[in-house]
Amino acid sequence: MEYILIIISAIFVNNVVLSQFLGICPFLGVSKKVETALGMGAAVTFVLTLATIVTYLLQVYVLVPFKVEYLQTISFILVIAALVQMVEIILKKVSPSLYQALGVFLPLITTNCCILGVAILVGNGTFDAKGLEPTLLVGVVYAIATAIGFALALVIFAGIREHLELMDVPESLKGTPIALISAGILALAFLGFAGIGAVA
Amino acid sequence: MNKLNILLNGIIKENPTFVLLLGMCPTLGTTTSAINGLGMGLATMFVLICSNVVISLVKKLIPDMVRIPSYIVIIATFVTVLEMLMKAYLPALYASLGLFIPLIVVNCIVLGRAEAFASKNTPFDSMFDGIGIGLGFSAALTLLGTVRELLGSGAVFGIKLYSDDYGMLAFVLAPGAFLALGYLIAIINRIKKA
Repeated sequence: MEYILIIISAIFVNNVVLSQFLGICPFLGVSKKVETALGMGAAVTFVLTLATIVTYLLQVYVLVPFKVEYLQTISFILVIAALVQMVEIILKKVSPSLYQALGVFLPLITTNCCILGVAILVGNGTFDAKGLEPTLLVGVVYAIATAIGFALALVIFAGIREHLELMDVPESLKGTPIALISAGILALAFLGFAGIGAVA
Repeated sequence: MNKLNILLNGIIKENPTFVLLLGMCPTLGTTTSAINGLGMGLATMFVLICSNVVISLVKKLIPDMVRIPSYIVIIATFVTVLEMLMKAYLPALYASLGLFIPLIVVNCIVLGRAEAFASKNTPFDSMFDGIGIGLGFSAALTLLGTVRELLGSGAVFGIKLYSDDYGMLAFVLAPGAFLALGYLIAIINRIKKA
């Protein structure tokens, strides 16, 4: 039951983009077409899950036993950058078709703050675990749900922007301002989920 | 380039928030009040100045192939320093900015200036670039924070101007961040054209 609550909460209630403001750059940058949004969403889901597992193990088996928790930021970002490179190389060899689909998005992911953000939250055990002990399994479930939330927001927003292309937008609002305002209205809609699954 | 020009370039012509549209996550995430916006801006400015100076000092030592990872390590080092300083001296601000302090590492502004300015200019010029961009970012965040705090809770820098009952809570929550920034950029676009 708690797992379902974590998943629903991470996808809808505390959506990573629309209520936690992580990963806004790709949210605004690669949301012009639904297809590219799907590609980015898939790439983020893949890397976020892997990164969470690796950084959690790093935190528990290296940083904490050696009492060097202050190296968290440096070590996590290096691990994520290396991981992205590795995923890129492996995908190129193992599955060229998947590499073709995700290829261009992979390097962008290193600087996506939702990866480092979720890794830090899970590493410190400070995410919303709905009363469960923040173990690796719970952390991974949370990470996957967060990534799905990111992909969902990105795809919905891309759909809206495809329609915006055809609209007659006032001169000063063209481009980023109207995109931000649409994102605001979308966030307002997601506010409707607030309170679902809150642990009393 | 004249030092004053470098400063003004960062504040106005290449304002990171309103013109370059970089570093959106902390811009939207931390500006629930004017003081939080200012705090985040100054924290980023600290990292920007330090990393700009160090990167322009060591730019000749770093091979071209590994420059981006090296820049990230330098930036992450200063972010860690900042984290420790804030935890020790400004625990309240550190608590309210929370996750966004370590996330300065992945703020595109910092890496962007390292790549676009510090890797090509002298340490002294780079310091001024860091100050200019940092001031531009701080000013933008403070402005956005002021607008959101005023509309959302009827206060500016914590000074109550009208009762909470008339405040629009949405402006303190997530949607207001997007709306306020969207309209601010639109207004600036309009002024630039006039």
